[in-house]
Amino acid sequence: MLEYILAKYNYWIYVVLMMIGLYAMMGKRNLVKKLIGMNIFQTSIILFFVSMGVKKGGATVPILMGDSHGHGEQLIQVADYLNPLPHVLMLTAIVVSIATTGVALATLILIYKRYHTLEEDEILAIRKEASAYKTLGT
Amino acid sequence: MTDQLPALIIIAPLLGAFLTPVIGWRYRHLCRPWALMMLAVPVYASIGSLLRVISSGPFGYNLGGWAPPWGIEYRIDHLSALMLVLIAVIGLLATINAKPDVATEMRGKEPYFYTLLLLQITGLMGIVITGDLFNIFVFLEICSLSGYGLIAHGEDGAPMATFNYIIIGTIGASFYLLGVGYLYMATGSLNIADLATILPDLYHSKMILVGFAFFTTGVAIKMGLFPLHFWMPDAYTTAPNSVSTLIAPLMTKVAAYLLIRIMFTLFQPNFTISIVPVATILGWLAVVAIIVGGIKALAQTDIKRMVTYIMVAEVGYIVMGISVMNRAGLTGAILHIVNDACMIFCLFLVIGAISYKGHGREIYHFQNLNKKMPYTMAAFVIVALSMCGIPPACGFFSKWYLIMGTIAAKQWVFAITLLGSSLVNAVLFFRIIEKAYLAPPGGGTHGHDHEEEVIARDEAPASMLIPIIITAAAILILGPLSGKIIETVIQHAVPAIF
Repeated sequence: MLEYILAKYNYWIYVVLMMIGLYAMMGKRNLVKKLIGMNIFQTSIILFFVSMGVKKGGATVPILMGDSHGHGEQLIQVADYLNPLPHVLMLTAIVVSIATTGVALATLILIYKRYHTLEEDEILAIRKEASAYKTLGT
Repeated sequence: MTDQLPALIIIAPLLGAFLTPVIGWRYRHLCRPWALMMLAVPVYASIGSLLRVISSGPFGYNLGGWAPPWGIEYRIDHLSALMLVLIAVIGLLATINAKPDVATEMRGKEPYFYTLLLLQITGLMGIVITGDLFNIFVFLEICSLSGYGLIAHGEDGAPMATFNYIIIGTIGASFYLLGVGYLYMATGSLNIADLATILPDLYHSKMILVGFAFFTTGVAIKMGLFPLHFWMPDAYTTAPNSVSTLIAPLMTKVAAYLLIRIMFTLFQPNFTISIVPVATILGWLAVVAIIVGGIKALAQTDIKRMVTYIMVAEVGYIVMGISVMNRAGLTGAILHIVNDACMIFCLFLVIGAISYKGHGREIYHFQNLNKKMPYTMAAFVIVALSMCGIPPACGFFSKWYLIMGTIAAKQWVFAITLLGSSLVNAVLFFRIIEKAYLAPPGGGTHGHDHEEEVIARDEAPASMLIPIIITAAAILILGPLSGKIIETVIQHAVPAIF
């Protein structure tokens, strides 16, 4: 059992990280903690994709070498090279995750300016009070 | 020139979005004409693409000249061409409609508003046009991110609703990305057409099944399918009117398109029929969505929030049409994507015009509104008739096909739910129409005993009224035309196995 886990430990880490992220997004009441959970969640997916491209047994970066004269095609063994595509995809995903974090942080600033707190319970209480006041007024 | 049409559809609004802040730096008043110009190009290009698809069948466009399995391919078939025309036209009309709203609510922020608007439309069209799974993820995030930015500008609760939307939307997009990952691990390809040929041999692999599950869940979140709809009413109610007008009708429909793509193009229909019971699950979720959406809509007095709950039910309609797995059902689902986008769009336009004129959104504010805003209210009545399924309007025809589909599949509960939902819609809309047209002037509460009050006409400005009239006319015209639309476009979009 232990060997089974150790053989693919990076995938297990990905699952654990993802669950931590999901828990933080769903379970935590502080908005910044939710945002941190979202980041952990996205990072776990990056780990998953990066693991996908790795090959064991001396595989290296996919830079193809010609002979010293700069030409000449060698036979390429696929097993000698890592798969670069998942890594490239993750560059895009990292950009996306940074942009999402940026937008979320900007939204948090708006929320803080409006309610002076980032605890979800307190914000809900303030909003409930405000709406009760509004109904009373009309 | 016509060969480059698919690229123009994306490039014009994308480049337009980048140049809008540059133009707005010095000439703020030019932002709007510029945005309209950049949106007119995709309207032209998508109609051109649709005509080409109708005359000579589906075609592809290799971006940068790279051949499909490796390069990114834009793939235009009947379904995506139809969606492109829908998005481009609604995007253009929504931008025309945004003018008075932006001038009052977002003074000084016009360049950024139009930038995000253009990016939003780029994202929506990109999801539809591309034939590459990862590219879909990128476009999904482009339109989600610009959507977050736009929604956060709204009324009091908007930032909080936006934050919840960011969290749940990111989960949805990440699940989609995980699905892409599992499929890539199993096949080594990202191109949808390529995957569709590789996948049938691997249908029993657990990796594919997990990938499919992630896809469906991710798309269901983006679509707002019950029970993953909870972000939708808050986000679309608190968003600025000009923004919910654009995002609300299109985002859910594009996600529904994505679900059809995944279930019937990426995977063969027999996978979804025989190997995973996803159709059954989706069908019953749709039933609950229609019932819950209807009940929650009945409970609302704020009409904008009411419409968002109607949307929950309408998503249920589309998913139900997909889930019955026969020709009539899927035809109805695709037709309903088009019709419902027009109806929801028109409803939000009407709400926007009413709010702009300073009237409240509660139902009692509608009293005698037909005298003040006759054209707007006439459009509202047309949408209401369409929503209830009264024949000349387009809503009847898609519901007809949906009900035929459920009967052909012998799903009686589904058929009864659809019929019952029309009744609920009738109640929902006629209580507003009654208030607007039939309530006595003054309401009898202010002590005006027998005096007839003269209510001055106070109609919305032309830039709001024109989109309303066009959309209302489209709802009436699309109905009688639906046979033609099915014959030329939709019947080719339904998989041949049905």
